[in-house]
Amino acid sequence: MTTATNLLRAERIKLFSTRAPLWCLAIALIAPLGFTVLFFALAGPEIPATVANTQLATGNGRTVLLVLAVLATASEFNWGTMRLTFQAVPSRVPALVAKVAIVSAVGAVLGLVVGFGSWGLASLVQPDADLSLHTAADWRSVLGQSLVFLLTAVAGVGVALLLRSVAFALTAVLVWTQLIEGLMVFIPGVGKHIYQWLPFHAADEFVGTAGFSTGPLQLPPPPLGPWGYLGYFAAISAALFVAGVLVTARRDA
Amino acid sequence: MIEATALTKRYGETTAVNELTFTARSGRVTGFLGPNGAGKSTTMRLILGLDTPDAGTVHIDGVAYRQLKDPLRTVGAMLDATWRHPGRGGRDHLRWLAATNGIPDKRVDEVLALVGLTSVGKTRVLQYSLGMQQRLGIAAAMLGDPRVLLFDEPVNGLDPEGMAWIRQLLNSLAAEGRTVFVSSHLLPEMAQTAQDLVVIGRGRLIYQGTMDDFVARTSEHGVRVRTPHADELRAALTGQAEFTEADGAFLVSGLDSDRIGRLAFDAGATLHELSPITGTLEQAYLDLTREAVEFPAAAMQSAVPSSEVAK
Amino acid sequence: MNLLAVERIKLFSTRSPWWCALITLALAIGFAAIIAGATPADSPLTMPATLYGGTKFGVAVIMVLAALAVTTEYRFNTIRTTFQAVPHRSPALIAKAVLVALVALVIGEIAAFGALGLGMLMRPNDGLGLHTTQDWLNVAGLGPVFAICAVLAVALGILVRHSAGAIALLLIYNLAVEDLVQLIPKIGAHIHQWLPFNVANKFLSGSPGAVDGPPSSDSPLSPGWALAYFAGVAIVFLLVALGVAKKRDA
Repeated sequence: MTTATNLLRAERIKLFSTRAPLWCLAIALIAPLGFTVLFFALAGPEIPATVANTQLATGNGRTVLLVLAVLATASEFNWGTMRLTFQAVPSRVPALVAKVAIVSAVGAVLGLVVGFGSWGLASLVQPDADLSLHTAADWRSVLGQSLVFLLTAVAGVGVALLLRSVAFALTAVLVWTQLIEGLMVFIPGVGKHIYQWLPFHAADEFVGTAGFSTGPLQLPPPPLGPWGYLGYFAAISAALFVAGVLVTARRDA
Repeated sequence: MIEATALTKRYGETTAVNELTFTARSGRVTGFLGPNGAGKSTTMRLILGLDTPDAGTVHIDGVAYRQLKDPLRTVGAMLDATWRHPGRGGRDHLRWLAATNGIPDKRVDEVLALVGLTSVGKTRVLQYSLGMQQRLGIAAAMLGDPRVLLFDEPVNGLDPEGMAWIRQLLNSLAAEGRTVFVSSHLLPEMAQTAQDLVVIGRGRLIYQGTMDDFVARTSEHGVRVRTPHADELRAALTGQAEFTEADGAFLVSGLDSDRIGRLAFDAGATLHELSPITGTLEQAYLDLTREAVEFPAAAMQSAVPSSEVAK
Repeated sequence: MNLLAVERIKLFSTRSPWWCALITLALAIGFAAIIAGATPADSPLTMPATLYGGTKFGVAVIMVLAALAVTTEYRFNTIRTTFQAVPHRSPALIAKAVLVALVALVIGEIAAFGALGLGMLMRPNDGLGLHTTQDWLNVAGLGPVFAICAVLAVALGILVRHSAGAIALLLIYNLAVEDLVQLIPKIGAHIHQWLPFNVANKFLSGSPGAVDGPPSSDSPLSPGWALAYFAGVAIVFLLVALGVAKKRDA
């Protein structure tokens, strides 16, 4: 076995041998799928049955995945196992790369299941609606979740590496995604411009769910196309991870 | 073999380890002693590359820790048994650690059996007693069958049986030619286990050498003599040897008991006691590190207040 | 009373309450400044808009602090020492909840008045100020809301015992779930009217807010009853938590 497979195996064991990540995965699956069923079962005209709208609730799954990624990383600092890991892997960076690889792989699979699952369940609940995947936008909405979830996991690991504490990192990511990204639009003047550059809004733009909540607010048109937004989100996630690795590799363990 | 050369580490204003130079030889158990806060744990972290020294180097068989491939196969260390996730089972904890260095699960089961934790392998670590957690840490150190072992307070929390088992383990590991480097506060245990000593205080080296030399060199030793004819003995000893008197007994150094017996006999002093005293590690250590204690406890006051005693 | 003093020493012997206060104040007053600065000259700055940052951010930070005050005791096992000293358990936990609530109250008041003061400074002509009872309620009401949120967080901390879990649950619920429920067609709006944080919002914001400001609450209760309802929910949670804590192994 090469070093890479060794480290990947170690991170896989770490992730699946405690309960918290498993709870997160369960919630990240059930909540969005459940909400989607509710939306489509009870919907009137306020939620038109489009492919993009089948993904309205996946944002929650994405948030829970973010929590999972942060927990999987920050708790190692809290409990001292990061030091143990660095005792076993003194070059440090390979271990961190293995961690982000495993967590983001889990994220990608989760995104796939949630994306397709939401779409599938919505089709079941409203069999008359035309929910087949015709356009590129449709495919992006459903399949693209996998990419978005993968990048979300990368960002979560990065933030946790930078902040090094579970309480701190969790609060930071939750306040950021729920409050700051949520409220930015309401800040008069600047809010409507800054908000177009927020990373998770970028992710929403890529999968096509950005328009639903902000539609009524008459916002200026987005500066980037969906793939541009994906690139932007990817760049930010990658930057967070790289910063986290640099900081962690240099410091005393 | 572990070789440290002029190792220095500062945290802000404090110099935790100051120009520390020592060698821990292979085939020996080297005890690492020092008062609380002397820098023992810091030194161990420096050896393992967890902290970076501000100056100096430390090598393991000539190589820096960070250059070792699969270091767990060369150096096994237990610095802190609490470095574990409480929600994880003991076996899984060892499995991930073993996996990082390509050590198979079979070996994990072997070390679990070695430390006697096989039956609780699946139990979450938060349910382990202190002794069990300690043994898990020791198992982790043994995973790679390493030729260098570092332990920071390994007997912490172990019952007498556990302590005896550790002592035996450390001795047998050293007898196999491995380098065993142990820090501990339990001096009687250390006295029975270690052959070499490295003593530090306030980050600096105070002593390095063998256990026997340490005890012999620095402690109180000599011959205790009790006699009803104190004046005669005193006269006989003056000029011949150094001696002090306390509690109705003489403590004589510089002469062996045969010579003292001879002198007393010639002076007409009957002897009630003539016993050679050898120093203990505890005495030697306390004498030597007295100056270097960073956090001294207050001296014990008499239990009875002086106003009572005066009555 | 003694128990309160004990809890006070425990809480203030760490730096967290000071950090929490600092961050809450910075967020509340900072957000007020941003809104005041960004509101265009022709639309007036409203009270709820000024206080919105304090409400949303402050509640989040306070709840994290309150939950941690309990969960760190479980993590470092000092809870066992506490229960050893107070075998009935409930009095110690109630004292903790009360103390944290008091601290939250004070932080809330300072944050609210600070935000208002800054808003009035930056936009003196917009008629901001403490004119009506509703105005007083809006501002001074932040303290009690913080206090009740703190009690909720302590209760959850006791139930969950796990720092990360408590924080995640509290923040996700507070920041996301209630809004999400609102989206559920047909029944969502009805359920939403009775969800605790939404009701608390009714107490704070009273009448509907300005066009450009944050959405106001759709709760059918009057502000007074809204606060009572919110407090009631918190107390029920705390009672449940106390019951569980009494029965459980420490």
